[in-house]
Amino acid sequence: MSDLAVERNIDRSKMTVSDEVAIEITNMNKWYGSFHVLRDINLTVNRGERIVIAGPSGSGKSTLIRCINRLEEHQAGRIVVDGTELTSDLKNIDKIRSEVGMCFQHFNLFPHLTILENCTLAPIWVRKTPRKEAIETAMHFLEKVKIPDQANKYPGQLSGGQQQRVAIARSLCMKPRIMLFDEPTSALDPEMIKEVLDTMIELAEEGMTMLCVTHEMGFARQVANRVIFMDQGQVVEQNEPEEFFNNPKSERTKLFLSQILGH
Amino acid sequence: MSDISFVRTEMLPQQEPPATSVGVVGWMRQNLFSGWLNSAITVICAVFVFYIAGFLLSWAVSPTWAATSLGECREILAGHEGACWGVIRDRWVQLLFGFYPADQYWRPILTFVLLAVALAPVLFADKVPAKLIYFSAAYPFIMPWLLWGGAIWGPLVAAAGFVLGYVVYRVVDGMAGSLAAIIAAVAAAIIWWLLLASPLAGMLTGIADIGLEPVASRYFGGMMLSITIGVVAIACSLPIGILLALGRQSDLLIVKAICVGFIEFIRGVPLITLLFVASTLLNIFMPPGTNFDIIMRVIIMATLFASAYMAEVIRGGLAALPKGQYEGADSLGLNYWQAQRLIIMPQALKISIPGIVSTFIGLFKDTTLVSVIGLLDPLGLSNAIRADSAWNGIVWELYGFIALMFFVFCFSMSRYSMYLERKLRTDHR
Repeated sequence: MSDLAVERNIDRSKMTVSDEVAIEITNMNKWYGSFHVLRDINLTVNRGERIVIAGPSGSGKSTLIRCINRLEEHQAGRIVVDGTELTSDLKNIDKIRSEVGMCFQHFNLFPHLTILENCTLAPIWVRKTPRKEAIETAMHFLEKVKIPDQANKYPGQLSGGQQQRVAIARSLCMKPRIMLFDEPTSALDPEMIKEVLDTMIELAEEGMTMLCVTHEMGFARQVANRVIFMDQGQVVEQNEPEEFFNNPKSERTKLFLSQILGH
Repeated sequence: MSDISFVRTEMLPQQEPPATSVGVVGWMRQNLFSGWLNSAITVICAVFVFYIAGFLLSWAVSPTWAATSLGECREILAGHEGACWGVIRDRWVQLLFGFYPADQYWRPILTFVLLAVALAPVLFADKVPAKLIYFSAAYPFIMPWLLWGGAIWGPLVAAAGFVLGYVVYRVVDGMAGSLAAIIAAVAAAIIWWLLLASPLAGMLTGIADIGLEPVASRYFGGMMLSITIGVVAIACSLPIGILLALGRQSDLLIVKAICVGFIEFIRGVPLITLLFVASTLLNIFMPPGTNFDIIMRVIIMATLFASAYMAEVIRGGLAALPKGQYEGADSLGLNYWQAQRLIIMPQALKISIPGIVSTFIGLFKDTTLVSVIGLLDPLGLSNAIRADSAWNGIVWELYGFIALMFFVFCFSMSRYSMYLERKLRTDHR
């Protein structure tokens, strides 16, 4: 696994964890048909935390973070995001989704809109921001992810790394308080992983609450304050990255780490 | 020194391709004469095309424009093969307007000129002033008034129903939420149209009788009838088709069942059956004394028929969209209708353009089926013309002319769809 993030000096001055609870998940269970995909998940995320969720494929890590903004529905237990509980109430769901940004493995940009329109769409329609202000905000975040000059192109004209940075900027335009990343670098060429990770590190440096499903263990070591290892739909082990990588407790974790770090 | 070692000392400049592979000669070598078999096929096809074209041309170039009957044509031609164009000169106006009163021809002509103006902001949004869309919105009320005539108050009162619905929506939306507002607005508009509209229109006509001379539906005919039915049915079937396609994908069980039932029923029944229902059975179900216009009934049936097909075409487009597009829209907090309108439909409709336009073209050509229930579309008229003793025996000239008129419209739609596909392509690199 790449240790690209190691090359950077990370400014930790704003990377502080507060006592305020951002997400609280208690006894959450989810089934796909009769398959028990998430089993009794308990997780409290404080504001400012940077959590990396790792685990083999099919372990339920993507499903877990997709439950947090209700792209997947849980059948038992509670999920409270920013003080609002996720129920089938559509108003609550839309409110939480507009407060929680999400980046996907395949970017999910809207190919029929320009980069700028991708970024201004939700602020204009969901937040009712005036168009001019939405464009200013969008340009600000596009500059932040270092692609302001591509604003009037279409997603299909950009490289994968650029598209993922646009996707991050698009989420940021909604001024989210929490960011979810679902394997943001898994569909990228090795050269492009670094530019996306750099953007994510900058975000962490600003104190954003982040939950990342990723296989970038370098990023986990450098940026995360907590690593969660999942297998078979349950949390097997969680710890600070130092302890997690150097001194894993469970046999399953040791096996996983030996397999992904062993070459 | 080993044999495989090689170092280039001097870079090659760019050279012209050989003359035999570029230009007209190159193109012909590649596409027409790329081998002895292909060359032979090319020659045979060319001979065939020349033979057909020569035959058609010698038939079509025929000095019979002035003839007043088939017999006269035969005298002019004196035994030679040739077309009898006199029938077209004699009857082309009828093929266009049917039995519409001759002194009122300016009305259908103006209607279709205005149709072009009303379509411009819809079809070429980037090339005409945006304000023109208000005229497009008013056109559905102008068109029936111009064609059928009568007092101007009818369409104005009908339009007022939409305004009333909108006002009710805004008022209730502020008090009780959007769902209640939509229901209240629809209810208010329906009450207006069913109970208040016709007495009010009658009263206003009594006060000030401003209007055009009424023309009954039985005088409508020819291309004018086909275009009227076709345009209205096309314009209505797309939105209904979209709603049906969304309903079919809905999680709401009853909505889904109704949509699936409607689509499958309509698709399982021939259009002619529906037209017969429109012409005969519908009157039985209506309260006695109601006079529901025959063209209106046909338009409704044609619209329902086309919208069922439209729904399936659009469902195909929806199915082709990656699930990530829905998730992308959801994750930004867009609600269902926003996501549909801004993200899903623009892409699904773009994917479905070829299918949608095929359905449009099919619908437009299906308007000729109204001749079986006695409406005088061009085909219905052609039977009447051929029954005339002067033109008894004419076949090719009439049907050729009708085919040409339909071809112009269908080919235009086809070309427009290709233009639109090119314009909406955003994956260019």
